[in-house]
Amino acid sequence: MKRNRFGAWLALAIGVIYFFVPLIATFEFSLRLRRGTYSFDAYSIVLGDPQFQATFGYSTIMALATIVVGTLLVVPTAYWIQLRLPRLRPLVEFITLLPLVIPAIVLVFGYLRIYNSSSWLPMTGSVWSTNLLLVFGYVTLALPYMYRAVDTGLRSIDVRSLTEAAESLGAGWPKILFTVILPNIRPAILSGAFLTFAIVIGEFTMASLLNRPAFGPYLQLVGANRAYEPSALAIIAFFITWACMGLIQVFGRGARGSSADTR
Amino acid sequence: MAFLDIENLRKSYGANTVVQHFELAATRGEFVSFLGPSGCGKTTTLRMVAGFETPSAGTIRIDGKDVTGLRPNQRKIGMVFQSYALFPNMTVAQNVAYGLKIAKWPAAEITQRVEEMLRLIKLPKLGDRYPYQLSGGQQQRVALARAIAVKPQILLLDEPLSALDAKIRVSLREEIRGIQRDLGITTIYVTHDQEEALSMSDRIAVMNEGRVEQIGTPFEIYNFPRTRFVASFVGTLSILSGRVTDPVGGKIEIDGQQVIAARGLADAGVGEIRSVALRPEAVSLGAAVEGRNHMQGVIEEVSFLGAIVRIRVRFKDNAISFDTFNNPSVAAPERGSSVTIGFAQEDLLVLADA
Repeated sequence: MKRNRFGAWLALAIGVIYFFVPLIATFEFSLRLRRGTYSFDAYSIVLGDPQFQATFGYSTIMALATIVVGTLLVVPTAYWIQLRLPRLRPLVEFITLLPLVIPAIVLVFGYLRIYNSSSWLPMTGSVWSTNLLLVFGYVTLALPYMYRAVDTGLRSIDVRSLTEAAESLGAGWPKILFTVILPNIRPAILSGAFLTFAIVIGEFTMASLLNRPAFGPYLQLVGANRAYEPSALAIIAFFITWACMGLIQVFGRGARGSSADTR
Repeated sequence: MAFLDIENLRKSYGANTVVQHFELAATRGEFVSFLGPSGCGKTTTLRMVAGFETPSAGTIRIDGKDVTGLRPNQRKIGMVFQSYALFPNMTVAQNVAYGLKIAKWPAAEITQRVEEMLRLIKLPKLGDRYPYQLSGGQQQRVALARAIAVKPQILLLDEPLSALDAKIRVSLREEIRGIQRDLGITTIYVTHDQEEALSMSDRIAVMNEGRVEQIGTPFEIYNFPRTRFVASFVGTLSILSGRVTDPVGGKIEIDGQQVIAARGLADAGVGEIRSVALRPEAVSLGAAVEGRNHMQGVIEEVSFLGAIVRIRVRFKDNAISFDTFNNPSVAAPERGSSVTIGFAQEDLLVLADA
């Protein structure tokens, strides 16, 4: 037993070192902008940069739009599959996993071929329609995570009995979805939402090829032209991602009276 | 005219027919139980009445109106589920008020009705609690209150007490029956527990393999079962096989001993093999008495169950089990000893299927 425990601790130590040493080195480097002393000057420059504020704000709005569209698409779909078409679950799961194997660049090139300014639906012809295209692209990218989170949430409640109980009391499908189902999978939706936010904030390929002023291309631009600021940006990006993960943990604990308590 | 009229109801999944030729006419305010083993089709039938399953054939009428094609939310039913199905995100009061809000009752009336329901189920102070804060029995009472708050035409209960422990089941079934009687709601109750069905129902529909075996009052079902299945499923029973010797006189020979059945053999042929049955409470130990049947046998097994002593007597190929009350001043009979058992001619049940 002792030998097993030592092996586990050793593996954990190696993993921690492997992950944290580069991170610590990056953080340390980001503090070196002012010669001879450690300072947060690189962070001040980055956070004070109007382009940082603009691109971060743009990506935040894109992320929120992606979350709304993704939720409206995924929740009724997952609900319907669970309730009426459980045999289609493997097929739907396969479809939702496709974005993990198809590179984003393939997706964007497909968009450009179908929606370019000389096609039958020229969505790249204006700013607002290109933004819409980007949101759809982000929804596709986040689909595996959003679907899985919502599906897990639906599996943890007795969807069928709750639906039938509501229906026996006179409710129609939209009412059931908004008053019974959604509130009970809110933690799952929030988990999916924060995952989506983390993905969208740092996304580069789609935003760059669609020429949108997003945070991902800004990160790449700063990285190509500055020294200490990219390190500061990397730490900030890590911090945002960890904050999202932390919020997932907080909301992922579930609402009061989750199915574990009542079934 | 029947309030709930079910005619020739059938449900098939592909080649598999799970409910066949189900017919029932329930009067207003009647409490009818569907009783049978798992897989007999009782829940499927209930779900067709509720609208959650579409019948393959047949019609369902409620108060004269054909509801066969209507969705559940158009039928004005109330349903109580085995899993309670309370909405976890709502308080007890909000759960009870849910159907009233859907029906757009005025807010003041909703509040009044919710209070009335909570008093009815004896939980007047628990309106602000969430389902996870209640016991199983309390949750089921709230589910009942939620179902009847909307004043449904029909109340449907799908094994509502199965998930509860024995003591709670007994007290809650009396409560449910009391509330149903007071409110006069036509009720369909699905259960596999014969004690529940016998104690609560005005009538029982005993089902087996998708068919209705018998519909009758608890007294009729228990004392005059029409088929072997009903006789053996409802209450305990000893089933014996005999050869008919005198159909008109009701005489049948069991393991070389002649007994008389007061009814049921008139249509049999001489020499025909028929099954007969005896309830344990109909059998007594002791010497032969004129006018009663008696049979000689050997005690095969004696089981002391406390207040009850269960005895099995073997003849040749057939055996009978019966119960006697424990008497500390009288020793229980011993295994292997010869005994005479007796029973009335009226108590020998002739089963329809051999």
